[in-house]
Amino acid sequence: MPDGAPLRTAAAAAPLAVEGLTVRYDGRPALSGVTWRAAPGLTAILGPNGAGKSTLLKAALGLVPAEGEARFFGQPLEAVRARVAYLPQRASVDWSFPASALDVVAMARLPRARWFGALPRREREAARAALAAVGLADLAERQIGRLSGGQQQRVFLARALAQEAELFLMDEPLAAVDAVTEETILAVLHGLVREGKSVLMVHHDLSLVQAHFDHVLILAGRLVAAGPVAEAFTDSAIAAAFGGLPGRGRGA
Amino acid sequence: MSEFLQLDLPPLLAAMLAGGTCGLLGSFLVLRRESLLGDALSHAVLPGIVLGFALTGLRSAWPMLAGALVAALLATAAIAWVRRAARLDPGAATGLVFTGFFAAGLVLLEVTGARNADLDVDCVLFGQLETLVWLEARGPAALLDPAALAGLPRQLGLLAGVALAALLFVLGFWRTLRLIAFDPEFARSLGLRVGGWELALNLMIAAAAVAAFESVGSILTVALLVCPAVAMRLLTDRYGAQIWGGAALGAGLGAAGVLLAGPLPAALGAGVALNAAGLIGTLGGLAVAAALLLRRA
Amino acid sequence: MIGHNTLVVLLGCAALGLAAGVVGSFALLRGRALLADAIGHAALPGVVAASLLVAALGGEARALGPLLLGAAVTGWLGLLALRRLTASGRIPPDAGIAVVLSAFYALGTVGLSVAQTLPGAAQAGLTHFILGQAATMTEADALLAGALALGCAGVVALLFQPLRALCFDEGFARAQGLPVRALDLALLGLMLAVCVAGLPAVGLILVVALLVVPAAAARLLAARLPAMLALAGLFGALAGAAGALASTRLPDLPTGAAVVLAGLAIFGAAALAGRRRGRGA
Repeated sequence: MPDGAPLRTAAAAAPLAVEGLTVRYDGRPALSGVTWRAAPGLTAILGPNGAGKSTLLKAALGLVPAEGEARFFGQPLEAVRARVAYLPQRASVDWSFPASALDVVAMARLPRARWFGALPRREREAARAALAAVGLADLAERQIGRLSGGQQQRVFLARALAQEAELFLMDEPLAAVDAVTEETILAVLHGLVREGKSVLMVHHDLSLVQAHFDHVLILAGRLVAAGPVAEAFTDSAIAAAFGGLPGRGRGA
Repeated sequence: MSEFLQLDLPPLLAAMLAGGTCGLLGSFLVLRRESLLGDALSHAVLPGIVLGFALTGLRSAWPMLAGALVAALLATAAIAWVRRAARLDPGAATGLVFTGFFAAGLVLLEVTGARNADLDVDCVLFGQLETLVWLEARGPAALLDPAALAGLPRQLGLLAGVALAALLFVLGFWRTLRLIAFDPEFARSLGLRVGGWELALNLMIAAAAVAAFESVGSILTVALLVCPAVAMRLLTDRYGAQIWGGAALGAGLGAAGVLLAGPLPAALGAGVALNAAGLIGTLGGLAVAAALLLRRA
Repeated sequence: MIGHNTLVVLLGCAALGLAAGVVGSFALLRGRALLADAIGHAALPGVVAASLLVAALGGEARALGPLLLGAAVTGWLGLLALRRLTASGRIPPDAGIAVVLSAFYALGTVGLSVAQTLPGAAQAGLTHFILGQAATMTEADALLAGALALGCAGVVALLFQPLRALCFDEGFARAQGLPVRALDLALLGLMLAVCVAGLPAVGLILVVALLVVPAAAARLLAARLPAMLALAGLFGALAGAAGALASTRLPDLPTGAAVVLAGLAIFGAAALAGRRRGRGA
């Protein structure tokens, strides 16, 4: 906890707690009254398409207008922004953009560096280290459009790592990636959790949940179930969220 | 020599400054996928220019610049409002607003009689590079003579000022502008006020459009904003090359257009005088076509 | 008093506005309304070239038919250039539109500067195509533009069902076996025809507004497509007639500007009415 944090937010404060979070797109609710406290560790946010998974992350970060409240480590986002990292969906940007992998990762260091002139060497080295951590040290200078989809996803992960945060909000980092990338990303995530950090990750593939995640949050426009995987990741909760689709089985 | 200084140098400088500034800022429009905003801003500033001109009656750049920036702000707000209120896609909302502003500017031009001064419809449509002259330049010595330099066309002062401001803006906020162009959502998650930055960028582009307006007119300003940037976009994957290449190409197109329009044919003994601004825009289109061919090759 | 010639011009502009509203509605729903901006500007070199060609052949350089044909040819070339430029996906469509409209327009202004050095005053009227000047239209001009516009409206009526399916859900239309490519081409052809027909009255810079503004206003009020088409046609006709009337009263006023401002007044009224109905429609 930073100095001067109010007592009530000390030690026990959840990395993210939302209360009555409601988001409307064009008048229609995309997310209704979600009240939830994230536990430390690795949490999968599950649900069918349009369940409001990405919307929950964006609303918590103030990227879309929302009703309700979101507190990070017991405080409003503004107070602890440096401790929160965000990894948007890969499809949200134009990968033909003229930038190298290192350029993209270095974007994470913008708030730490002076705003004028070239990026200080120390910040550049931090970005390089983050790229190395996802196995892309050799491709630092490559234009991002010339990377494979999995490598692009790892560049985004490296950018989030370079934020040196304590809580990571990730929007589908495992969507449509190759086996090497999936392995790399999962290894990085477990490493983060071992360091005492927390990851909230929007996720599609139910088969990975039991083997890799500590907690789940299951959404279907509202909160369906939440808690440790053993308690909340039940057939009935999955059926309630996914409309009883059979065969999307549990178990890896 | 003095003829070159008197008649050819002012349009040459004006076209290079306008092309360089627009080429520099245009890359941000293209990278942000907001090129229509360049189209919109260069049309929407017209009523502001006319009103600024008519209200103060001064042959000074500042009232025009102030009026144009207000018009640009209003147009940006109007586009956002129309998108929301009418649920229009950005393109249609932009088209609706900027044609309205441009039409209002044309009407104001009639009503205020600004047309009788040196701001008229022909300037809006074709630019007036040819009218920029430096009569005080009676010899090379004029380049160092403060009294003679004071006689340079006032348009050059505004162009130089805006060019310098744009250069400092881009240099100073190099990394921030790149982040906002690439991934505005991530920028917001870092706590950047992306809306404010975009507004600053748009106002800078509006200022460039005003400065370029008096030289090349409303529509050909669009060519200077997008053609160099799109050509570089086809040729390079490096950010620095994109930005500086766009500026250099814009300035080069300006110079080439002015020289090909009058001085070169005259030097060769041909008696044609082409519209310099139009030639610049045409060369811009050819530059894009050449870049497209180079890319295929 | 309205003279006979004025009345014909007025009716021609109203027909033009009607067609633009109807075609513009589909263009708007298909997300392609801004292509009209590229088409309009790209028409200038065609108008100029046609005028030079006709003059060189010793014909009547002010005859509207050849000029509009030239406009259609370069307008179409502009669309082809746009498709080539944006084919790889690297250049976004809006950047492509801006390049095409400004470069073609620039070429047109170079052509104009050439035309002005040639003997004969026939080229003087060409600048009217840029901002529109309904007052200078002859009865024959108005009939030609009006007939072209009404022809477009007729084609839309014939293609109503497939166009509606296309604009509502391209995937569904494709699955139904509709010729999506041919329909898009037809829509582009209609836009081209309306833009070209609108050049003498509204001018190439503002002709895009004639397609966008009435359709956008109608969309504020209408819940269903037939109602939207009817309203857009009505609004377009009103704007066209109002602009033409203003042009006969104030000959110095570019007609295009008057048409756009009339259209925007209607749009503003529709926005207010739509709000009062609580966005009910």
